[in-house]
Amino acid sequence: MSKISTMNFPDNLKYTRDHEWVRAEGNIAVIGITDFAQSELGDIVYVEIETEGETLTKEAAFGTVEAVKTVSDLFMPVSGKILEVNAGLGGNPEAVNKDPYGEGWMIRVEMSQPSELDTLMSAQDYKKMTGVSA
Amino acid sequence: METSTDTALKSIALTDTHIRLGAKMVPFAGYLMPVSYEGINAEHETVRKGVGVFDVSHMGEFILKGDQALDLIQRVTSNDASKLFDGKVQYSCLPNETGGIVDDLLVYRIDVKTYMLVVNASNIEKDWNWLKRYNTGNVEMHNISEKTSLLAVQGPLAVEVLQPLTEMDLRNMEYYSFGKGKFAGVDNVLVSATGYTGAGGFEVYMENHAAQKIWDAIFASGKKFGIKPIGLGARDTLRLEMGFCLYGNDIDDNTSPIEAGLGWITKFTKEFTNSKALKDQKDHGVTRKLAGFEMLDKGIPRHGYDIKDSGGKYIGKVTSGTQSPSLQKAIGMAYLETAFAKTGSEIFISVRDKNLKAVVVKMPFFHS
Repeated sequence: MSKISTMNFPDNLKYTRDHEWVRAEGNIAVIGITDFAQSELGDIVYVEIETEGETLTKEAAFGTVEAVKTVSDLFMPVSGKILEVNAGLGGNPEAVNKDPYGEGWMIRVEMSQPSELDTLMSAQDYKKMTGVSA
Repeated sequence: METSTDTALKSIALTDTHIRLGAKMVPFAGYLMPVSYEGINAEHETVRKGVGVFDVSHMGEFILKGDQALDLIQRVTSNDASKLFDGKVQYSCLPNETGGIVDDLLVYRIDVKTYMLVVNASNIEKDWNWLKRYNTGNVEMHNISEKTSLLAVQGPLAVEVLQPLTEMDLRNMEYYSFGKGKFAGVDNVLVSATGYTGAGGFEVYMENHAAQKIWDAIFASGKKFGIKPIGLGARDTLRLEMGFCLYGNDIDDNTSPIEAGLGWITKFTKEFTNSKALKDQKDHGVTRKLAGFEMLDKGIPRHGYDIKDSGGKYIGKVTSGTQSPSLQKAIGMAYLETAFAKTGSEIFISVRDKNLKAVVVKMPFFHS
């Protein structure tokens, strides 16, 4: 488990109140859950995303993540079409715990309104929201 | 099971020790308790294969003393406490008057006139008032919960860790028996061959002021066996793999011991609260039963999910569920209409908007 003091929130990402992160590459957004989220959830045992190919609006649920003790919904940080789901998580859901911003990514989205990125939080603001002093 | 307000949270003696060890502390049954340290799966495996220590000091302990102590216990509990002898423990429950269960508990016979009852933290006050109401024979009652710490040292290597700390013969201590004596230099420590994990081991009861000394001694002795602190999260996955009931999930004020599969601790050799109605259930059958199931479709069952038959008809509810760390599959317990509660029966768990296939299996799920 990540200790609060060693928690990592990369500056090049945008963050939501529901603890997703977004990495924008042109009009493509790569999305996952934050280090804080994976630490709060504990051991993740199943990531269920069955929305590949669907176009969803910002804040719509795109899947769920099941930890040993709890289940949590995943929400779209931005509107767009889900181009790809990280198939690697099928056999290796613990990648979300081990590498939330790398191997633990969840979906790739073609953004329909890239300006929505401006409504998301910076690493600094997200850190403040979670109460993590780093 | 959750506490109502954070401000009323009680703390256990070793709170600072757990925080120092990196525990995630959460409110549970009115106490701030360690739920995990390095992660539930790793902690679970430590207990199944090695040895780990749970601080379960939130549990309640009552001492009942007097000529009428056994009589009181016999009238309020479902198991037959007259079978106990000095140094013997019994699993039992307190049935209520309307077919449910006030609590499940352990009954320790310390001597012929002295018993210790170990109850769930969330039910301490309820149980105390319940016992008081039935205590017509002037049995002396002491609630020692607040001054008692309890460490559960569980796993196949537990005996190797604890035996060097005491002259009590732990190696030959039978399951569900106990001794009281000097332990890690502390007098009057009670050690019982009990636990809630199915991994073997002991539970160690001490006064709060001795808790740190005993914790440190256990970890020093256990170092070479890779001993680790274990949180309540892994306690839950371990007990569920064994099919052990958790009060508030699998049994409560509205479930009968017969429905819950606790017929083996419900003895009609004596009269006790609601025994006539429970005998009737035992003789004539019940309409629903607690059963174990395994998921066939991918998904994880959780407390409160509905269960349906293949035609979509409601047949029951999940009481506990998790991904089993030892078996690497999703398992659960549920109350099911009796016709569906038999091994091999196909059921469908409503997980969000889907009905996922599962099959009823025998418990325990895990065999060591």
